[in-house]
Amino acid sequence: MTAIAEQTGAWLESFTGQRRAEPWIQELREAAFQRFAQLGFPTTHDEDWRFTSVSPIARTRFGLPNPNWKIGPGDLPALFSNGRLAADALPKGVRLATREEIEAHLARHASYQDGAFVALNTAFLDQIVGLRIERGAVIEEPLHILYGGPVAAASPIAVHPRTLILAGENSQCSIIEYYVSGMGVYLTNAVTELAAGDGAVVDHYKIQTEGAEAFHIGSMFAGLGRSANFTTCSIALGGGLVRNDVTAMLSEGTEATLNGLYVAGGSQHVDNHTTIDHAKPHGASRELYKGILDGKAHAVFNGRILVRKDAQKTDSKQTNKNLVLSDDATIDTKPELQILADDVRCTHGATIGQLDAESLFYLQSRGIGRSDARKLLTYAFAQDIVDRIKIPSLRDSLERILFEKFHERS
Amino acid sequence: MALLEISGLHATVGEREILKGIDLTVEAGEVHAIMGPNGSGKSTLAQVLAGRELYAVTAGNVTYDGKDLLAMSPEDRAREGIFLAFQYPVEIPGISNQYFLKAALNTVRKHRGLEELDAMDFLEFIRVKTGLMNMEPALLNRAVNSGFSGGEKKRNEIFQMAVLEPRLAILDETDSGLDIDALKLVAHGVNLQRAPDRSMIVVTHYQRLLDYIVPDFVHVLADGRIVKSGGKELALELEKHGYAGMGIEDEEEAVGKV
Repeated sequence: MTAIAEQTGAWLESFTGQRRAEPWIQELREAAFQRFAQLGFPTTHDEDWRFTSVSPIARTRFGLPNPNWKIGPGDLPALFSNGRLAADALPKGVRLATREEIEAHLARHASYQDGAFVALNTAFLDQIVGLRIERGAVIEEPLHILYGGPVAAASPIAVHPRTLILAGENSQCSIIEYYVSGMGVYLTNAVTELAAGDGAVVDHYKIQTEGAEAFHIGSMFAGLGRSANFTTCSIALGGGLVRNDVTAMLSEGTEATLNGLYVAGGSQHVDNHTTIDHAKPHGASRELYKGILDGKAHAVFNGRILVRKDAQKTDSKQTNKNLVLSDDATIDTKPELQILADDVRCTHGATIGQLDAESLFYLQSRGIGRSDARKLLTYAFAQDIVDRIKIPSLRDSLERILFEKFHERS
Repeated sequence: MALLEISGLHATVGEREILKGIDLTVEAGEVHAIMGPNGSGKSTLAQVLAGRELYAVTAGNVTYDGKDLLAMSPEDRAREGIFLAFQYPVEIPGISNQYFLKAALNTVRKHRGLEELDAMDFLEFIRVKTGLMNMEPALLNRAVNSGFSGGEKKRNEIFQMAVLEPRLAILDETDSGLDIDALKLVAHGVNLQRAPDRSMIVVTHYQRLLDYIVPDFVHVLADGRIVKSGGKELALELEKHGYAGMGIEDEEEAVGKV
């Protein structure tokens, strides 16, 4: 057997062990699995995976989850828990997407042809969280979608959460996806697709606090209409091996903001790959990713910006800043700009630094102890990402989480 | 017993010796001006007293309130009542002035055996101080020194001093970069804080500041040593004759220099 066949062979058993789905899903699953079997897992010879080895995932035999496990009832409005609707009432203007709507959009934005993990997710499609925001609806309260890792599983299992958000023309909503901690070794392989109509305003957050031994692979694809305004903020705090891909496709006059914060210590590995595709004129994109690395953590940032020939007057700015707190932590950061139009403004910059000695002394000279001063400056580094979060309750809870995290660290 | 007693202090940065034997005694309530040309070691002395690790003390002693100052961490010095107003206050985006001040004030109060202030008491305390120091309350909600003008930064230093109520304040070129109106405001803030139990060391290149903050003693620092000490009239003498007129090397006046 070839190496690929060896890896994918183990997945075949799980694949065939699934409950059969409706014919159109079953068809999609089979095509996707076939593609996965062709691709195999990426290796570090693939440019997109140069700094992230997924061989620990390839080597592990993952089982299917118990279909009945769930997280306790939450008190969040419009809460989905592990793909099942936990709250009865969605706010006015939001409903579950119909089967036809899902069929029309699913896998149109996230193509299983291009990547093994998206293919694998598609091969294991089960519960699909599909949300439809009505045209012109303005949804004031945030929609929370919660995916919990498994607890007390006897052997490693893999879950493949799939989210589909259909935001109608001129609608407005905020969506928070949570990937919260499970125990033991497991794989979360999530795919989120967003189709935002013309003029839609979508404010999206992903909060990832998986367990220490978890593998988390997340892919988000956003297809954005004319003059749509899309913001996403990815907060990566947990997981042992983490990869986040965000791909945004812009139309004419679309504005996209991609923010991210990754905090890693111990032997955590966190890789963020983003792609901003300016396909039409007058688009604007802003990107700010910040990382805080301690221990032997390894982080990767790869920011690809594509400005196609038609996309004149594109205005794009990318920034990646890293705070490295220990000698053993490492970061690989790389901008990747492909500019085919000639009348554009694109800037990018990356920094890697340590805590500033002068700032530390300044705080100490006011009576603040050295260790507290270090924590305060670390927290301050993350602050501008937190400040950009528009949902007050989320901002507050994240501030608290970060504050506690930096206080337990040193 | 003097509040501060410096004897035979030598300090280096890297290989270079900057302080070459400083002796200085400051009693409670006294204001000492330290003047000197650029590169004479004024700012180094200020930073060494505050505990900056960049400088290594190679010889000498500093006794503060009967304790070995050089053995103390920068934060302990601050808690014991030493305050350094920075020549170049540091910008710290991401921490609000108010949060920073509350954290600083409460660690200092705790150390001094006082009760820590809760949010309400702190706001009241700070309201009084902003009024006293003529400080716009809006500056409190901004990040520490972030985007402040030069004058705002210097006033913020003096404001912090008013909040922390030190026993020994060291003002490092608090006049540099200020226009005359800003200088008067800052000096006024400092003068309001003169007290019998508060000593000050005012470091400056120019006599101008000393028109507004009138010292009890003036020391002239040159090449890492105090070469002359006297009363406030010494500053006027310096102003009249210049450092060169007193046999001290100084850079040429910058006007017209190409």
